[in-house]
Amino acid sequence: MANPGGGTVCNGKLHNHQKQSNGSQSGNHKRNRIIRETQQNAKPYFYNKPFVESFEEVPMYAAIFTYLCYGIGTLFGYLRDFLRNHGIEKCSMAVERKEQKDFVPLYQDFENFYKRNIYMRIRDNWNRPICSVPGPTFDVMERVSDDYNWTFKFTGRIIQDVINVGSYNYLGFAENSNESLTTVRNVLKKYGVGMCSSRQEMGNTDKHEELEELVAQFLGVEAAMVFGMGFATNSMNIPALVGKGCLILSDELNHTSIILGARLSKATIRTFKHNNMQSLEKLLREAVIYGQPRSRRAWKKILILVEGIYSMEGSIVRLPEIIALKKKYKAYLYLDEAHSIGSLGPRGQGVVDYFGMDPYDVDVLMGTFTKSFGAAGGYIAGRKDLVDYLRVYSHGAVYATSMSAPIAEQTIRSMKSLMGLDGTTNGIQRIRQLAQNTRYFRNRLNEMGFIIYGNQESPVIPLLLYLPSKVAAFSRILLQRKIGVVVVGFPATPIIEARARFCMSSSHTREMLDTVLKEIDEVGNILRLKYSRHKKSARPELLDETSFELED
Amino acid sequence: MALHNPGSSLPSAMAMVGEQWVLVEMVQALYEAPAYHLILEGILILWIIRLLFSKTYKLQERSDLTAKEKEELIEEWQPEPLVPPVSKDHPALNYNIVSGPPGHKIVVNGKECINFASFNFLGLLDNSRVKEAALASLKKYGVGTCGPRGFYGTFDVHLELEERLAKFMETEEAIIYSYGFATIASAIPAYSKRGDIIFVDRAACFAIQKGLQASRSDIKVFEHNDIAHLEYLLKEQEIEDQKNPRKARVTRRFIVVEGLYMNTGSICPLPELVKLKYKYKARIFLEESLSFGVLGEHGRGVTEHFGINIDDIDLISANMENSLASIGGFCCGRSFVIDHQRLSGQGYCFSASLPPLLAAAAIEALNIMEENPDIFQVLRKKCKQIHKALQGTYGLRVVGESFSPAFHLQLEESTGSRENDIKLLQRIVDQCMNRNIALTQAHYLEKEEKSLPPPSIRIVVTVEQTDKELDKAASTIKEAAQSILN
Repeated sequence: MANPGGGTVCNGKLHNHQKQSNGSQSGNHKRNRIIRETQQNAKPYFYNKPFVESFEEVPMYAAIFTYLCYGIGTLFGYLRDFLRNHGIEKCSMAVERKEQKDFVPLYQDFENFYKRNIYMRIRDNWNRPICSVPGPTFDVMERVSDDYNWTFKFTGRIIQDVINVGSYNYLGFAENSNESLTTVRNVLKKYGVGMCSSRQEMGNTDKHEELEELVAQFLGVEAAMVFGMGFATNSMNIPALVGKGCLILSDELNHTSIILGARLSKATIRTFKHNNMQSLEKLLREAVIYGQPRSRRAWKKILILVEGIYSMEGSIVRLPEIIALKKKYKAYLYLDEAHSIGSLGPRGQGVVDYFGMDPYDVDVLMGTFTKSFGAAGGYIAGRKDLVDYLRVYSHGAVYATSMSAPIAEQTIRSMKSLMGLDGTTNGIQRIRQLAQNTRYFRNRLNEMGFIIYGNQESPVIPLLLYLPSKVAAFSRILLQRKIGVVVVGFPATPIIEARARFCMSSSHTREMLDTVLKEIDEVGNILRLKYSRHKKSARPELLDETSFELED
Repeated sequence: MALHNPGSSLPSAMAMVGEQWVLVEMVQALYEAPAYHLILEGILILWIIRLLFSKTYKLQERSDLTAKEKEELIEEWQPEPLVPPVSKDHPALNYNIVSGPPGHKIVVNGKECINFASFNFLGLLDNSRVKEAALASLKKYGVGTCGPRGFYGTFDVHLELEERLAKFMETEEAIIYSYGFATIASAIPAYSKRGDIIFVDRAACFAIQKGLQASRSDIKVFEHNDIAHLEYLLKEQEIEDQKNPRKARVTRRFIVVEGLYMNTGSICPLPELVKLKYKYKARIFLEESLSFGVLGEHGRGVTEHFGINIDDIDLISANMENSLASIGGFCCGRSFVIDHQRLSGQGYCFSASLPPLLAAAAIEALNIMEENPDIFQVLRKKCKQIHKALQGTYGLRVVGESFSPAFHLQLEESTGSRENDIKLLQRIVDQCMNRNIALTQAHYLEKEEKSLPPPSIRIVVTVEQTDKELDKAASTIKEAAQSILN
């Protein structure tokens, strides 16, 4: 029960690896393994703590059923499109105005095939409206559809106290208690909400200056600049840093905002395999040795773009190795700490703090206030000349409205709390609680036999579901049991790797987590989600897997 | 040929089988064949063998680097610095510092001024009703949403705001973004893809330019508000399309314009654009950040100003950061068009949603706009007043419509260098600031702008400015220009 994939034949490297250890060559294999481990130990300089990350292969039967599931969905889609086109089935889709029927169609038909025939069936699992603080629990507005999800109607009922394991409320600063929001309230009363101008014109208030100083102090760097939107922080600043003749090396799983920023910069973009240092080093070597294609001129500069925690994989960037590589090849490093700032490291200073590195080893520290700080917006921090340059040349400084003052104040108060500037240990406790919750939740899910992705210390916890039908069922059943989970499928993930994603929060109590775990356990049995072939004490094998991955 | 091969070992092998009389004949033929024939065939065979074993291409001079050379190259390479140094007195580096809210009365660099720089057209930034609404929302929802719209970041206030905006604009649907800049910049690439064609006004603002760039479509730029030039380009495209009708059938065409242009303060000739739209079957995207909440009887913008059916415009986008004095932006239009952004608008799908208190503030601002439609008349009257008062300023030209609440003062005669022009204008701005009129130059990224507007002082009119203050501003600017440009 706990291990349905245990006896099945599967493909992929993990399988080969396991087969080897079971087979006649086990002695040989053991020797290899020792070599591998010593190899890893030979670089103690990289990691001062165990770096345990796992991405278990999809069991073959799950992969087959997933493709089958999409296949059937697609067939039915064609059938229903046929019925719709011939007026047999009523179509609820919005249509073009009749005055514009002879225009070139705004959408190509196949573009919307997936949306119309697959997404529409399970659409109720996204965009669920809530009507309370997105804290450890929230209130979901109940909605029903009588036309198969084409439209929703609100019943007027509120599903109260749904346990929230979906929001990025890592440190629990999404809260509305009177005393916690005193300063925010005061700032709102004084400043109002708008700014009506950009930073360079008339939108630079003392609040922004205060926040920037605090951010720099929090991160332990010379200066910082803040922007009104996290997404735009990436897309408006990367183009200011690199341009034509520069090379961007970007992790293949980077967030859309980074990809957009890279694209807008006009620099050449190459992607390396997710968190794979061999792949990165190969690209770096080639870039430095061979220069630009065709012209063969040397690259002006090379910028590596990575994230601290990858929000869909739950993995943590291999920062120490990347820093060593970037020093060796004289590249620059841009680190997006959207998810890791606040949620990693003993002082919550993100992935740099987590690995105990020097913040100046990272050339551009970027992060957002949306997640751990419960506010909105983003920052870029680093050396003063970098920040000065952005103050002059960032798209965000010139053309975008500056950050709302009460939103800035929310960041200030939560950041001060983390730094202990409010005179309490409340902030540090939140950081510790988050780490504890993460470890507890991950261990329990592993024990239950689910396939869990990512680093053991990452508060983003993806649980693999594979089949699109299970995606819908998982989310719906858990909502019935008053648990709000996030599920993600294609195109946000590879087509067969649909998953649920839990985000831990320091505000989750042990009781809440136990409730969630109990329900997930039951639902996992009902839906047969316990795919993992690892034994219950998963540790040694996980370790092994990491070193295995390191090698290829 | 191989049959005559004298060197073949086949005959003997085959002879062992016995019955191969053909082979015997072959051997006989070999003896009987003339010598020149044998020689020729021998050469041919050798030639084939050579062809088989020699490389068919010429190797280029290979320059395989040795490991040592590679290391040297890596050692040698010196990148440019991540950012070039910025001089400490760069004009854009030293921001004005505003203490307190940037409302009607503003404290800039320690000096209290009357604000002629912030886009707070309707004076809602400091409005107590708006603040009350935001406070109530803060109490209920806290500050952040901690998630994108898809993952529990949709709040009831967002739905309410979308509904209210759609109702206000009299369209089927509206969609909100959490940042003004990201709105049109995300909306354009949601529809226009590689291979599609976008006709865009030369003076289009920076957010539009970024949207165009992200879409990777073919961009055709027409001269600012030049309908004839646009029609010329459309016609040119039509001729092109006739050459390749198959391609034309899938090539979408868009016209992207602004209602009131941020960079010039002029209004777009919408009625003519709509005519062209139907004539050449191109869709119109209209950016209304300056005209929304300003033009038209009810503040619905440039469509209402010209009395054009809003359904004739395919997509209207505006930010909520000017008239509504909140943060964020929205797009509105028919559901057929707008709904697509809920999965394809990058700034919508992949960004955290708008903090509820900002949405609540925008809703309250809409309430105020709906309750006081006179406010738009008042604003226009004030615009005209200062516009008129500034005519004939020494050395400065007023650029922009008389009813536009944001317009430009440009130098009548450039000094010849942009840098000096900016310095000159900055002296006027500084002198006005000293006399308690807060002004700012329009800032641009000179290297990034597709067509860089000339340097200018941007004057912003709001309903809070009294007649006296408007007169004072006009006379202060005139005096400053007189003393500095003379």
